Amino acid sequence: MRWFWIDRFIEFVRDTRATTIKNVSFGEEPIDDYLPGHPHYPHSLIIEGMAQTGGLLVSEAGGFLTKTVLAKVSKAVFHELIVPGDQVLLSAVVQDKKPTGAIVEGKVTVNGQVRAELELSFAFLDDRFGATGLFPPEDLLRTLRILKLFDVAVDQNGNRIQAPEHMLEAERQAAKGFVLSRAVALSMPKGL
Amino acid sequence: MQVSEDVFSKVQTALIDALGVDDDEVTPDATMVGDLGAESIDFLDIVFKLEKSFGIKVATEDLFPKDILTESTYVQDGKVTATGIAELKKRMPWADLSKFEKNPRVQDFGDLLTVSDLCRYVESKIA
Repeated sequence: MRWFWIDRFIEFVRDTRATTIKNVSFGEEPIDDYLPGHPHYPHSLIIEGMAQTGGLLVSEAGGFLTKTVLAKVSKAVFHELIVPGDQVLLSAVVQDKKPTGAIVEGKVTVNGQVRAELELSFAFLDDRFGATGLFPPEDLLRTLRILKLFDVAVDQNGNRIQAPEHMLEAERQAAKGFVLSRAVALSMPKGL
Repeated sequence: MQVSEDVFSKVQTALIDALGVDDDEVTPDATMVGDLGAESIDFLDIVFKLEKSFGIKVATEDLFPKDILTESTYVQDGKVTATGIAELKKRMPWADLSKFEKNPRVQDFGDLLTVSDLCRYVESKIA
Protein backbone atom coordinates (compact mmCIF):
# COMPACT_ATOMS: atom_id res chain seq x y z
CA MET A 1 0.00 0.00 0.00
CA ARG A 2 1.28 3.49 -0.83
CA TRP A 3 1.27 6.13 1.83
CA PHE A 4 -0.47 8.81 -0.23
CA TRP A 5 -3.57 10.37 1.29
CA ILE A 6 -4.21 12.85 -1.46
CA ASP A 7 -5.09 12.01 -5.05
CA ARG A 8 -4.57 15.23 -6.96
CA PHE A 9 -3.80 18.93 -6.63
CA ILE A 10 -6.48 21.24 -8.01
CA GLU A 11 -4.95 24.51 -6.77
CA PHE A 12 -1.43 25.53 -5.82
CA VAL A 13 -0.14 29.06 -5.29
CA ARG A 14 3.49 29.22 -4.16
CA ASP A 15 3.90 29.67 -0.42
CA THR A 16 0.27 30.80 -0.21
CA ARG A 17 -2.37 28.09 -0.56
CA ALA A 18 -3.06 24.68 -2.06
CA THR A 19 -6.08 22.43 -2.42
CA THR A 20 -6.06 18.70 -3.03
CA ILE A 21 -8.73 16.10 -3.68
CA LYS A 22 -9.01 12.81 -1.88
CA ASN A 23 -11.59 10.32 -3.13
CA VAL A 24 -12.49 7.97 -0.31
CA SER A 25 -13.06 4.38 -1.40
CA PHE A 26 -14.41 1.40 0.50
CA GLY A 27 -11.65 -0.57 -1.18
CA GLU A 28 -8.98 1.08 0.94
CA GLU A 29 -7.88 -1.12 3.83
CA PRO A 30 -7.83 1.50 6.61
CA ILE A 31 -11.37 2.65 5.81
CA ASP A 32 -12.95 -0.62 6.87
CA ASP A 33 -10.30 -1.94 9.25
CA TYR A 34 -10.14 1.13 11.47
CA LEU A 35 -13.54 0.45 13.06
CA PRO A 36 -14.94 -2.76 11.55
CA GLY A 37 -18.60 -2.44 10.61
CA HIS A 38 -18.43 1.36 10.57
CA PRO A 39 -16.29 2.23 7.59
CA HIS A 40 -15.03 5.78 7.67
CA TYR A 41 -11.92 7.73 6.84
CA PRO A 42 -9.76 7.80 10.02
CA HIS A 43 -9.01 11.22 11.47
CA SER A 44 -5.29 10.46 11.59
CA LEU A 45 -5.29 9.98 7.81
CA ILE A 46 -7.15 13.25 7.31
CA ILE A 47 -4.29 14.89 9.20
CA GLU A 48 -1.76 13.00 7.08
CA GLY A 49 -3.48 14.16 3.88
CA MET A 50 -3.35 17.75 5.05
CA ALA A 51 0.29 17.28 6.07
CA GLN A 52 1.09 16.05 2.56
CA THR A 53 -0.80 18.97 1.01
CA GLY A 54 0.73 21.58 3.31
CA GLY A 55 4.18 20.01 3.39
CA LEU A 56 4.50 20.13 -0.40
CA LEU A 57 3.09 23.67 -0.37
CA VAL A 58 5.75 25.02 1.98
CA SER A 59 8.67 23.12 0.44
CA GLU A 60 8.06 23.90 -3.25
CA ALA A 61 9.64 27.36 -3.16
CA GLY A 62 12.92 25.73 -2.13
CA GLY A 63 12.78 23.37 -5.09
CA PHE A 64 11.57 20.58 -2.77
CA LEU A 65 15.09 20.41 -1.34
CA THR A 66 13.97 21.48 2.12
CA LYS A 67 13.69 18.55 4.50
CA THR A 68 10.15 19.28 5.62
CA VAL A 69 8.55 17.23 8.37
CA LEU A 70 5.28 17.53 10.24
CA ALA A 71 6.35 18.66 13.69
CA LYS A 72 3.15 19.51 15.49
CA VAL A 73 -0.61 19.28 15.18
CA SER A 74 -1.63 22.46 16.98
CA LYS A 75 -5.32 22.09 16.25
CA ALA A 76 -7.50 19.26 14.99
CA VAL A 77 -11.27 19.61 15.20
CA PHE A 78 -13.47 17.04 13.46
CA HIS A 79 -17.12 17.89 12.87
CA GLU A 80 -18.48 14.88 11.02
CA LEU A 81 -17.24 11.53 9.73
CA ILE A 82 -16.03 11.12 6.18
CA VAL A 83 -17.32 7.92 4.61
CA PRO A 84 -16.75 5.85 1.44
CA GLY A 85 -17.92 7.71 -1.65
CA ASP A 86 -17.08 11.13 -0.27
CA GLN A 87 -14.86 13.41 -2.29
CA VAL A 88 -12.76 15.35 0.19
CA LEU A 89 -11.20 18.73 -0.48
CA LEU A 90 -8.17 19.53 1.64
CA SER A 91 -7.34 23.24 1.58
CA ALA A 92 -4.11 24.43 3.13
CA VAL A 93 -3.26 28.10 3.68
CA VAL A 94 0.20 29.22 4.79
CA GLN A 95 -0.07 31.32 7.95
CA ASP A 96 3.61 31.86 8.57
CA LYS A 97 6.91 30.71 7.11
CA LYS A 98 10.36 31.19 8.59
CA PRO A 99 13.77 29.63 7.86
CA THR A 100 13.13 27.05 10.58
CA GLY A 101 9.58 26.04 9.72
CA ALA A 102 6.06 26.98 8.70
CA ILE A 103 2.52 27.01 10.03
CA VAL A 104 -0.40 25.95 7.85
CA GLU A 105 -4.10 26.26 8.49
CA GLY A 106 -6.18 23.52 6.94
CA LYS A 107 -9.85 23.13 6.17
CA VAL A 108 -11.37 19.84 5.09
CA THR A 109 -14.69 19.91 3.26
CA VAL A 110 -17.10 17.51 1.56
CA ASN A 111 -19.70 19.04 -0.76
CA GLY A 112 -18.93 22.45 0.74
CA GLN A 113 -19.51 21.29 4.32
CA VAL A 114 -16.61 21.68 6.73
CA ARG A 115 -15.69 18.29 8.17
CA ALA A 116 -12.42 19.19 9.89
CA GLU A 117 -10.28 22.19 10.82
CA LEU A 118 -6.56 21.81 11.37
CA GLU A 119 -3.47 23.79 12.20
CA LEU A 120 -0.15 22.13 11.48
CA SER A 121 3.45 23.15 12.15
CA PHE A 122 6.21 21.97 9.86
CA ALA A 123 9.90 21.96 10.73
CA PHE A 124 12.63 22.41 8.14
CA LEU A 125 15.44 20.10 9.20
CA ASP A 126 18.99 21.34 8.87
CA ASP A 127 22.08 19.46 7.68
CA ARG A 128 22.39 17.63 10.99
CA PHE A 129 19.66 15.40 9.58
CA GLY A 130 21.60 14.63 6.40
CA ALA A 131 22.87 16.70 3.52
CA THR A 132 20.42 15.33 0.97
CA GLY A 133 16.64 15.56 0.71
CA LEU A 134 14.28 13.09 2.33
CA PHE A 135 13.29 11.48 -0.99
CA PRO A 136 15.19 10.66 -4.19
CA PRO A 137 14.36 13.66 -6.43
CA GLU A 138 13.40 11.51 -9.43
CA ASP A 139 10.91 9.56 -7.30
CA LEU A 140 9.42 12.71 -5.81
CA LEU A 141 9.14 14.24 -9.28
CA ARG A 142 7.18 11.23 -10.51
CA THR A 143 4.85 11.50 -7.53
CA LEU A 144 4.33 15.23 -8.08
CA ARG A 145 3.43 14.58 -11.70
CA ILE A 146 0.95 11.86 -10.69
CA LEU A 147 -0.58 14.33 -8.24
CA LYS A 148 -0.88 16.83 -11.15
CA LEU A 149 0.91 19.48 -9.11
CA PHE A 150 2.64 21.06 -12.10
CA ASP A 151 -0.67 21.14 -13.99
CA VAL A 152 -2.06 23.74 -11.61
CA ALA A 153 0.91 25.26 -9.75
CA VAL A 154 1.54 28.98 -10.13
CA ASP A 155 3.69 31.52 -8.30
CA GLN A 156 2.26 34.57 -6.52
CA ASN A 157 2.13 36.42 -9.86
CA GLY A 158 0.17 33.70 -11.58
CA ASN A 159 3.11 32.36 -13.60
CA ARG A 160 3.18 28.61 -14.12
CA ILE A 161 5.64 26.68 -11.98
CA GLN A 162 7.75 24.08 -13.76
CA ALA A 163 9.52 21.09 -12.25
CA PRO A 164 12.86 22.17 -10.73
CA GLU A 165 15.89 21.57 -12.94
CA HIS A 166 17.68 19.47 -10.31
CA MET A 167 14.75 17.03 -10.31
CA LEU A 168 14.67 16.83 -14.08
CA GLU A 169 18.42 16.18 -14.12
CA ALA A 170 18.04 13.45 -11.48
CA GLU A 171 15.32 11.92 -13.64
CA ARG A 172 17.58 11.99 -16.73
CA GLN A 173 20.40 10.35 -14.79
CA ALA A 174 18.07 7.70 -13.39
CA ALA A 175 16.76 6.98 -16.90
CA LYS A 176 20.32 6.63 -18.24
CA GLY A 177 21.16 4.27 -15.39
CA PHE A 178 18.07 2.20 -16.13
CA VAL A 179 18.84 1.96 -19.86
CA LEU A 180 22.44 1.00 -19.07
CA SER A 181 21.40 -1.69 -16.61
CA ARG A 182 18.92 -3.13 -19.17
CA ALA A 183 21.59 -3.13 -21.86
CA VAL A 184 24.00 -4.96 -19.57
CA ALA A 185 21.30 -7.46 -18.62
CA LEU A 186 20.39 -8.11 -22.27
CA SER A 187 24.04 -8.54 -23.29
CA MET A 188 24.61 -11.26 -20.70
CA PRO A 189 24.51 -14.86 -21.87
CA LYS A 190 21.39 -16.67 -20.77
CA GLY A 191 21.73 -18.49 -17.50
CA LEU A 192 24.02 -15.89 -15.89
CA MET B 1 10.19 44.99 36.47
CA GLN B 2 6.41 44.92 36.05
CA VAL B 3 4.67 44.12 32.81
CA SER B 4 1.27 45.41 31.79
CA GLU B 5 -1.75 43.22 32.42
CA ASP B 6 -2.85 43.51 28.81
CA VAL B 7 0.48 42.22 27.51
CA PHE B 8 0.59 39.45 30.10
CA SER B 9 -2.95 38.38 29.25
CA LYS B 10 -2.21 38.15 25.51
CA VAL B 11 1.09 36.33 26.08
CA GLN B 12 -0.70 33.95 28.44
CA THR B 13 -3.34 33.22 25.80
CA ALA B 14 -0.65 32.58 23.18
CA LEU B 15 1.15 30.16 25.49
CA ILE B 16 -2.04 28.34 26.48
CA ASP B 17 -2.93 27.89 22.79
CA ALA B 18 0.57 26.91 21.68
CA LEU B 19 1.52 24.64 24.56
CA GLY B 20 -1.82 23.27 25.71
CA VAL B 21 -1.14 24.34 29.30
CA ASP B 22 -3.64 25.66 31.83
CA ASP B 23 -3.87 29.37 32.58
CA ASP B 24 -2.75 28.89 36.20
CA GLU B 25 0.47 27.30 34.97
CA VAL B 26 1.41 30.39 32.97
CA THR B 27 2.76 32.46 35.85
CA PRO B 28 5.23 35.33 35.40
CA ASP B 29 8.10 33.27 36.83
CA ALA B 30 7.39 30.09 34.89
CA THR B 31 10.19 29.12 32.52
CA MET B 32 9.17 28.36 28.98
CA VAL B 33 11.03 25.07 28.64
CA GLY B 34 11.35 23.69 32.17
CA ASP B 35 7.98 24.68 33.60
CA LEU B 36 5.75 24.93 30.55
CA GLY B 37 7.37 22.14 28.53
CA ALA B 38 8.00 24.16 25.37
CA GLU B 39 10.00 22.29 22.73
CA SER B 40 11.92 23.88 19.90
CA ILE B 41 9.05 23.57 17.39
CA ASP B 42 6.70 25.23 19.89
CA PHE B 43 8.66 28.44 19.62
CA LEU B 44 7.67 28.71 15.95
CA ASP B 45 4.04 28.49 17.06
CA ILE B 46 4.54 30.90 20.00
CA VAL B 47 6.29 33.46 17.80
CA PHE B 48 3.51 33.18 15.19
CA LYS B 49 0.83 33.75 17.81
CA LEU B 50 2.68 36.70 19.37
CA GLU B 51 3.22 38.30 15.97
CA LYS B 52 -0.47 37.91 15.16
CA SER B 53 -1.68 39.08 18.54
CA PHE B 54 0.56 42.14 18.88
CA GLY B 55 1.21 42.99 15.22
CA ILE B 56 4.98 42.71 15.70
CA LYS B 57 7.80 40.89 13.94
CA VAL B 58 9.89 38.57 16.06
CA ALA B 59 13.34 37.53 14.87
CA THR B 60 14.51 34.15 16.13
CA GLU B 61 17.92 35.69 16.89
CA ASP B 62 16.25 38.05 19.36
CA LEU B 63 15.22 35.14 21.57
CA PHE B 64 18.13 32.79 20.78
CA PRO B 65 21.35 34.64 19.97
CA LYS B 66 22.96 31.58 18.45
CA ASP B 67 26.28 33.27 17.72
CA ILE B 68 26.84 34.16 21.37
CA LEU B 69 26.17 30.59 22.37
CA THR B 70 28.45 29.01 19.80
CA GLU B 71 31.34 31.31 18.86
CA SER B 72 34.63 30.87 20.69
CA THR B 73 34.76 34.61 21.39
CA TYR B 74 31.82 34.19 23.70
CA VAL B 75 32.06 30.57 24.85
CA GLN B 76 34.84 28.74 26.65
CA ASP B 77 34.66 25.29 28.21
CA GLY B 78 30.92 25.15 27.66
CA LYS B 79 30.30 28.40 29.52
CA VAL B 80 29.47 31.86 28.25
CA THR B 81 32.39 34.21 28.97
CA ALA B 82 32.14 37.62 30.64
CA THR B 83 32.27 39.17 27.16
CA GLY B 84 29.42 36.88 26.12
CA ILE B 85 27.35 37.83 29.15
CA ALA B 86 27.91 41.51 28.42
CA GLU B 87 26.79 40.94 24.82
CA LEU B 88 23.73 39.01 25.99
CA LYS B 89 22.75 41.86 28.32
CA LYS B 90 23.15 44.31 25.48
CA ARG B 91 21.01 42.31 23.08
CA MET B 92 18.49 41.01 25.60
CA PRO B 93 17.90 43.89 28.02
CA TRP B 94 14.41 42.53 28.64
CA ALA B 95 15.70 39.19 29.99
CA ASP B 96 16.57 38.54 33.61
CA LEU B 97 20.05 37.05 33.32
CA SER B 98 20.94 37.22 37.03
CA LYS B 99 20.44 33.49 37.65
CA PHE B 100 22.18 32.44 34.44
CA GLU B 101 25.14 34.70 35.19
CA LYS B 102 26.01 32.71 38.31
CA ASN B 103 26.71 29.56 36.32
CA PRO B 104 26.45 30.45 32.62
CA ARG B 105 26.50 26.97 31.12
CA VAL B 106 25.47 27.11 27.46
CA GLN B 107 23.29 24.03 27.90
CA ASP B 108 21.19 25.90 30.49
CA PHE B 109 20.46 28.85 28.23
CA GLY B 110 17.51 27.08 26.63
CA ASP B 111 15.66 27.12 29.94
CA LEU B 112 16.43 30.72 30.73
CA LEU B 113 13.41 32.52 29.34
CA THR B 114 10.47 33.10 31.65
CA VAL B 115 6.97 34.29 30.86
CA SER B 116 7.94 37.71 32.30
CA ASP B 117 10.95 37.87 29.99
CA LEU B 118 8.72 37.18 27.02
CA CYS B 119 6.27 39.87 28.14
CA ARG B 120 9.07 42.43 28.50
CA TYR B 121 10.40 41.45 25.07
CA VAL B 122 6.95 42.06 23.56
CA GLU B 123 6.70 45.41 25.36
CA SER B 124 10.08 46.42 23.94
CA LYS B 125 8.78 45.64 20.44
CA ILE B 126 5.50 47.51 20.77
CA ALA B 127 7.02 50.50 22.58
